[in-house]
Amino acid sequence: MARAALRGGLSVAVARRWLEARVVDARAETPTARTLVLDVPGWPGHLPGQHLTVRLTSPDGYSAQRSYSIATPDSGARVELTVQLVPEGEVSEFLVTGVQVGDAFEVRGPVGGWFVWRAEDPAPLLLVAGGSGIVPLMAVVREHRRLLAPQPLELVVSVRSPEDLYYAGELAGLPGVTVVHTRRAPEGSGRPPARLSAPELAAVVARLPEQPRAYVCGPTGFVEAVADALVALGLDPAEVRTERFGPS
Amino acid sequence: MAIVTPGFRGRGRSDDRVPPGQYLVEDFPVLSAGPTPRVPLDRWQFSIVTETGLQSSWSWDELQALPASSPTVDIHCVTQWSKLATTWKGVSLDVLLEDVDTAADYVLVHSYGGYTTNLPLEDLLDGKAWVAYEFDGEPLAPDHGGPARLLVPHLYFWKSAKWVQRLELRLDDTPGFWEQLGYHEYGDPWREQRYAGD
Repeated sequence: MARAALRGGLSVAVARRWLEARVVDARAETPTARTLVLDVPGWPGHLPGQHLTVRLTSPDGYSAQRSYSIATPDSGARVELTVQLVPEGEVSEFLVTGVQVGDAFEVRGPVGGWFVWRAEDPAPLLLVAGGSGIVPLMAVVREHRRLLAPQPLELVVSVRSPEDLYYAGELAGLPGVTVVHTRRAPEGSGRPPARLSAPELAAVVARLPEQPRAYVCGPTGFVEAVADALVALGLDPAEVRTERFGPS
Repeated sequence: MAIVTPGFRGRGRSDDRVPPGQYLVEDFPVLSAGPTPRVPLDRWQFSIVTETGLQSSWSWDELQALPASSPTVDIHCVTQWSKLATTWKGVSLDVLLEDVDTAADYVLVHSYGGYTTNLPLEDLLDGKAWVAYEFDGEPLAPDHGGPARLLVPHLYFWKSAKWVQRLELRLDDTPGFWEQLGYHEYGDPWREQRYAGD
């Protein structure tokens, strides 16, 4: 019975249907990343942090599937993805450079019940993103703002150079945002380009009133380093949730 | 009925070793739900606990002393990547379960760090599963589950628990970490058993 009750809360019954997703808007985030706004009739809703699976089918019947994080909180049938172009990536290449407004493909989801934020969770939020790892965390940030949620929130984003920052205009106006540049810093920045350091993370954690729940998303090496640093700072490993993007 | 997307051609594939919905990778992506647990080898222990509470345990040195096998297997992650012909070294579960007296049909696998996953006991037997401690000729790296992980290549790779610590033999099935979060109870890649109900 416990199992049935647990399952009942997960909307998994709807997650297994493929739904038609039509591209209703598209915009470039960086030279190599594009946000697609999808209209998905029948979308069951999702939590910030979840992802979905895209299935593309070619006229000759070949199909390919990939998972993408959802960039926005639940808003009915409207779902936004931000897709990073992966070299040799047959699906990402099409989504970033090929697909046109008006085109349709299939999606299935939402997927993932762990790397999610539930607004009723009272813990302060520590979000740490490396590169395109910002996408699911941006859904958390946007939901937090939409609800005017009371939990303190700190977002740290690590990017190689200013051009690589997604949602730059939106992030520029937000409190609690730290952008770290690893290769090239913007003009006038007082911080030389360098990887996010443990003392920098410690300073962000210190701004939060109590032990946060941490969400870390990015390339594997980045997530390993940040998660290890957070545990070394005294965070309970059970409070550090991770999502890693392999290089593929 | 799939929706055809004009303009999408795909790279195509003809390899019948790749299950439906999967694509091949050459690298080895890492996916896990939290920080990487690090267990010193002198404190590492692997146990099998039967449904009556009888426990068999191996220290790191005792595991290394058991006869090892070197399987070369294809692996398939539910996040759609597959990797062909991966080479491992480890101890077959047939060896570890040889002297374990049980009537259990199910196993709940426990890892250092708290991860769990469940599978039928028969899926660990007859040369289908290992406790692996080397990958590609090197000690298994911590982010890939080192010092030792379960290796059950015929199921989606979340069943191949990293940082494996203990097998709990059970008369009844009980869902593990991802299985409670909406993933499939069994996870056969060839039948695309990704999520509950597939």
